[in-house]
Amino acid sequence: MFYQNKYTLSFIVLGILLIACFFVNISLGSISIPNKVIFNSLFGTVENISWKYIVLDYRLPKAFTSIIVGSGLGISGLMMQTLFRNPLAGPFVLGITSGASLGVAIVTLGTSVFSGVLWGLLASKWSIVIAATLGSFLVLLTVLIVSTKVRDAMAILIIGLMFGSISAAVVNVLSYFSSAEELQQYIFWGFGSLGNLSWYELFILFVIYSIGILISLMSIKSLNSLLLGENYAKSLGLNIKKSRFLIIISTSLLAGTITAFSGPIAFIGLAVPHITRQLFSTSNHKILVPAVFLLGAIIMLICDSIAQLPASDYTLPINAITSLIGAPVVIWLLVRKRKMMF
Amino acid sequence: MTLSKKHIVLKTENLSIGYTSKKETNTIASHINIELCKGELVGLVGANGIGKSTLLRTLTDVQPELEGDILLNNKPLKTYSNIQLAKALSLVLTETLSSKNLTVFELVALGRQPYTNWLGSFSNTDIKIIHKSLQLINIEALKDKKCFELSDGQLQKAMIARALAQDTDVIILDEPTTHLDMYHKAYILKLLQKLAKETNKTILFSSHEIELAIQLCDKMVVMTQGQVTSDIPCNLITNGTFERLFPKDLIAFDKKTGSFKVKK
Repeated sequence: MFYQNKYTLSFIVLGILLIACFFVNISLGSISIPNKVIFNSLFGTVENISWKYIVLDYRLPKAFTSIIVGSGLGISGLMMQTLFRNPLAGPFVLGITSGASLGVAIVTLGTSVFSGVLWGLLASKWSIVIAATLGSFLVLLTVLIVSTKVRDAMAILIIGLMFGSISAAVVNVLSYFSSAEELQQYIFWGFGSLGNLSWYELFILFVIYSIGILISLMSIKSLNSLLLGENYAKSLGLNIKKSRFLIIISTSLLAGTITAFSGPIAFIGLAVPHITRQLFSTSNHKILVPAVFLLGAIIMLICDSIAQLPASDYTLPINAITSLIGAPVVIWLLVRKRKMMF
Repeated sequence: MTLSKKHIVLKTENLSIGYTSKKETNTIASHINIELCKGELVGLVGANGIGKSTLLRTLTDVQPELEGDILLNNKPLKTYSNIQLAKALSLVLTETLSSKNLTVFELVALGRQPYTNWLGSFSNTDIKIIHKSLQLINIEALKDKKCFELSDGQLQKAMIARALAQDTDVIILDEPTTHLDMYHKAYILKLLQKLAKETNKTILFSSHEIELAIQLCDKMVVMTQGQVTSDIPCNLITNGTFERLFPKDLIAFDKKTGSFKVKK
């Protein structure tokens, strides 16, 4: 890939930056632990058991979750923007996240509404995951079916927004009938959280995420031909329906499971592809996909480090931080380059 | 004529084109019998709304034919898989690109997609063909420019280079000269003529540049109300096909000069 050579340096820099952010992320937290101890707990033995526990069973899985969340949402946003040929697209705008929220709301808040014994059993972590995945998949599928009927990309976005408000309305109705405790559970899920995953849950997330990423890698070629428009893509031998389906499966696996495990993380899916396009000034997905992967992970690690409010007892909702940090970056890049890359 | 001895690449037999909806069939043109041979430049002309685009869409398998057969290299078009068709037929369409943020090289390189692996990596052969296409169209100097930096004429050349890189027997262009000035219209068509000769490809294009097409094409397909005629331009002039192209109240075809004149 000789014409990718000019990007090699950028990829090396991003790679180093990712590793640096990873260690900075692990070394920061509400309790300050000396760097030496952190290094030792990763690669050697430490006397202080609770420090070691914090690093290995809290901070480390949290850092990995950040990487998965940032890269996964970034890539699913990138795929949506190319598939719908719309720079405003993203998992959130197209209603995938609201679909996931609706699924979670039905499980967490539905307990008292559909009071049944079976339902109580369902409201475990896993049912939340399944409900969120199912919800996001159904919404995305509906949006796609509608998108084959209407040609206008703007109409699709509006339909996505409509799904958002429908699910918000259903959530409202459900919350009206649910107990304060259930409501709190749902609202906390809505803040987004990277930190409450055990190693086992992280493993499950990683497996599904890997499938999603794998499919997205397989879609790079079709994403590139979609840059020409669907008719040209077809004339290049692309099976439009199949590639569309794969892209949607990949997006709903990524966005759906990530939302299920860590809550609706706003903004990353929309912003990271734009930041990447501005920095790399290309539309070639062979470069964009790995670049979005790295940048998404880096941005998420930075946001999480900030959300921890190092050396304080408080942790801010990650959702607020991603927008507070991300939005100005996108605005700054657009103003500086004056031209939107798409 | 030597026509019959030439290798026929694209052929239609009693083709009917049009649209079908649930209740009715809307036939736009029928009994279309055309034969396109290797290395021919063929112009498709006709008034607005006569069905040029429908014919091209049918020939490129975008929409199904109503009746009759289309044979590409003696094989029915329907039996081609997506990839097989992409290796036999390439297109230049009127629609604008979804993303103009690609470099000319990347754009032309996309033409190699039917031949590349699942990741779309290029072999040395692919790279060679891409460079050769850029050379043939004479746009090597533009290869690192972004598509949004190009003029309409340059972009059209890049799109033709992309179709060329697809390495197909047939290239079909839908109105390749729209939005271009008089010079570039002639330039693009002249370029197509050169490509047909040098690469021995069959090039079919639809156009409103009837006068240029008469001068440059090996063969023309003329669509008039209820009839599709295909022949070499000279014969079409002598048998008066061009006079039937348009309503006679405003313009008239001048057989001597091969051009249209406004009636005074």
